[in-house]
Amino acid sequence: MEHANAVEHHPVPDRTQLNVFVWLIVLTAITVTGSVLYPGRIGTSVAVIVTPIKATLILMYFMHLKYERPVFVVMFFVAIGILATVLGLTLVDYLYR
Amino acid sequence: MNTHAQHADHVHHDPVGAKTGMWLFLFTELLLFGGLFIIYAVYRSQYTSDFHHAAGDLNVWMGVTNTVVLLTSSLTMVLAVGALQRRNGGLAQFYLTSTMFLAGTFLLIKLFEWSAKFSHHLYPGSEHLNSLPNGEGLFFNLYFMMTGLHGIHVIIGLVVMAVVNNRIQNGTVTADNQGILEYTGLYWHLVDLVWIFLLPLFYLTN
Repeated sequence: MEHANAVEHHPVPDRTQLNVFVWLIVLTAITVTGSVLYPGRIGTSVAVIVTPIKATLILMYFMHLKYERPVFVVMFFVAIGILATVLGLTLVDYLYR
Repeated sequence: MNTHAQHADHVHHDPVGAKTGMWLFLFTELLLFGGLFIIYAVYRSQYTSDFHHAAGDLNVWMGVTNTVVLLTSSLTMVLAVGALQRRNGGLAQFYLTSTMFLAGTFLLIKLFEWSAKFSHHLYPGSEHLNSLPNGEGLFFNLYFMMTGLHGIHVIIGLVVMAVVNNRIQNGTVTADNQGILEYTGLYWHLVDLVWIFLLPLFYLTN
């Protein structure tokens, strides 16, 4: 009984989620400011750096991956790995043909 | 096997199995959108200046507003899950309804955005779109395709949330049986996650 429930009953404190939300808004503001004030290379670089950080925050806290068994994180990296591999191979094909 | 005896009169619950299944589904979603991201990456690398030029026609602020709306809806969603886990069904329903309201707001803004494009004769297959330079046409086709597919996901999320809300109301989804709310949350965050990437790709490319 305890074991079965252990998986479900660990609500993350609302405060933590609120902090994550504030960070997501701040990071969005940084991305937008970057690309509006410095369109082009700098703006794009900011987006390329900040967007994955936002994604990581959502995955870890909102989607709970930080609190799940490691196997979920491994599964996630397998999926992302497949996507990255296909993207990489496709780009190499197009850019160097 | 104590667990078994106690749950004999219930439907068998396997939270880990169910959650694994939900994540596997989310991975297929990731690969579905991922395919489109790959197409985007290839064509952007081939028609860089066309993409930058076409992106200038999109309204940055509508995109940013919708990002804030979706992020807020993700917050209300986790708060709904937390509230139900703390056995406060009423509060969970309040947060879930707020999430639905925000999802509706997102769709409304999207509707304004798309109608503005349509009124400028910019929609897939239109003569105007077909007369644009190759890269710009590709940009707008990808824009409609990707935000459209994303929009369909928002609509599905809205329907699922309405069902879950109803089940909390009539007591079939409770703190001891909250899986469906949690998985709906996971789905909703994925919808948010995809949008996080759509924002810089389409709105901030100018």
